[in-house]
Amino acid sequence: MEVLLNDFSPGLFVVQTILLLGLIFLMVKFAWKPILNSLNERESGIQEALAAAEKAKADMQNLQADNEKMLQEARSEREAMLKEAREIKEKMISDSKEQAKIEGDKMLKQAQAAIESEKKAAVADIKNQVAELSVAIAEKVIKEELSSNEKQLKLVDTMLSDIKLN
Amino acid sequence: MQVSNTFKTLLQLLILCFSMQSFAFSDTEQEGAVSTKEQVDEYILHHLKDSHDFHLFSYSNDAGERKHVGFPLPVILWSNNGLATFMSSEFHHDDNGQVIVERNGSKFVKLHSKIYELDNGASSVSFDEEHHATNAHKVLDFSITKSVVGVLLVGLLMLLAFSSLAKQYAKKSIPTGFGRVLEPLVLYVRDEIARPNIGEKHYRKFTGYLLTVFFFIWILNLMGLTPFGFNVTGQIAVTACLAIFTLVIYTVSGNRDYWMHILWMPGVPVFVKPILAIIELAGAFIIKPFSLLVRLFANISAGHIVVMSLIAIMFTLKESLGVAGATGLSLVLSFFITLIEVLVAFLQAYIFTALSALFIGMAVAEHDHDHGHDSHGNEVVDAEDVRGDFI
Repeated sequence: MEVLLNDFSPGLFVVQTILLLGLIFLMVKFAWKPILNSLNERESGIQEALAAAEKAKADMQNLQADNEKMLQEARSEREAMLKEAREIKEKMISDSKEQAKIEGDKMLKQAQAAIESEKKAAVADIKNQVAELSVAIAEKVIKEELSSNEKQLKLVDTMLSDIKLN
Repeated sequence: MQVSNTFKTLLQLLILCFSMQSFAFSDTEQEGAVSTKEQVDEYILHHLKDSHDFHLFSYSNDAGERKHVGFPLPVILWSNNGLATFMSSEFHHDDNGQVIVERNGSKFVKLHSKIYELDNGASSVSFDEEHHATNAHKVLDFSITKSVVGVLLVGLLMLLAFSSLAKQYAKKSIPTGFGRVLEPLVLYVRDEIARPNIGEKHYRKFTGYLLTVFFFIWILNLMGLTPFGFNVTGQIAVTACLAIFTLVIYTVSGNRDYWMHILWMPGVPVFVKPILAIIELAGAFIIKPFSLLVRLFANISAGHIVVMSLIAIMFTLKESLGVAGATGLSLVLSFFITLIEVLVAFLQAYIFTALSALFIGMAVAEHDHDHGHDSHGNEVVDAEDVRGDFI
């Protein structure tokens, strides 16, 4: 201990204190402050760049997901549109079929009615003609029959006998 | 760039100036080469002390005279008669109080690497049995000693290296060249020493001090291993100064909680509190700085002693092993121990800085956590408090 105290040089202590103070001051001012500041800056820059890269990646993923979603939507929309179109087509076909059927039925009916009426008219016409023919024939027959008196009398007789019968 | 160029020119001038003087200063001395065990012991002890001149090497010339090559350093003293300055060469390498230098009416002698002022009327130093001077007293010695040269050199080197690194950042975000070596070291101190020990919130304020101290100690430790033989971090005045800086910093920046834990420890019975306060005060103001200063001083001194003792095997075991054997053994052992010393140089710088950071961290730690209470209402100490108490 005594040796240690004897070795302790107060002068050196004072000089060392002054020099160390000066050194700390100079080092902090000219070296450590700029070095540490730029190291911090660099580190925060790297941190930011990493964060930005991470963000870009996340954005990219979002974008991709969005794209996927949009694609999905488009696909399902197309599907729906196709389905709708198909339905419309089917409906149109069935509708037109229906329409055609109705129209056909209507026309058929009309035709039938026309035929019926034509038939009726034709029948009536035939009837008239038959009647006329009959009358003409009858006239001719009667003319023939009643060409002699004898025959006329005979007819009267027959008729009278018919009446008697009644 | 301008500044560093100026620095370089200055440094060159300084070296030139010193080397010129080194020729002028080749003194003869009575003492011969170091060869016996006692001389080795004395040499080692002498080396561990600070010296007033920069000694490079010694040799014996053909005439058998001992020549020393090195350069003198300025001696600045505050004596009874005021300031006295002269070059250390005026002592002519005398370390036994033989050569007397007179300045401003005061007589100075150098004795065991310390400068003494002779009492009034004395013309030469007289000694008692233990070789202590009886008619001389120590003076305040502000000399530019070898240690001060070391400190200045390291300061200059640090300023040059790190300000050039700082300048590199102004232009580009990634340093090139030597800066690539320095940057990881700075990051190491910041991320492994300052940040974990002080905490994310406060570490920035103290990192400058910790970085300065870390590189200061480390480079000086390494310089101590060079043949120039600086032993700056083995000077108790230097380590004491460093420890007191740390003490001042953690004392000044201590928060309310810190003082609370020192003066009136929460969570213990009242009658224990004053006892704990005494222990804590002693811990904060004596034990912590003392552990810092002694650890660094003792480790570095011990390292120097071991390296020099192993080198001295060359002389001490010359008779039993022969010249080749002793030299070989000495070389192998001192080589490996020097490798270990390189590790120790880093380790001690790391330990000093880490402990400083830890002490500062304890002073600024925020105990925003609530102490848990057990079933009896006593506070349960948590791991952090326990850690704090043990370190």
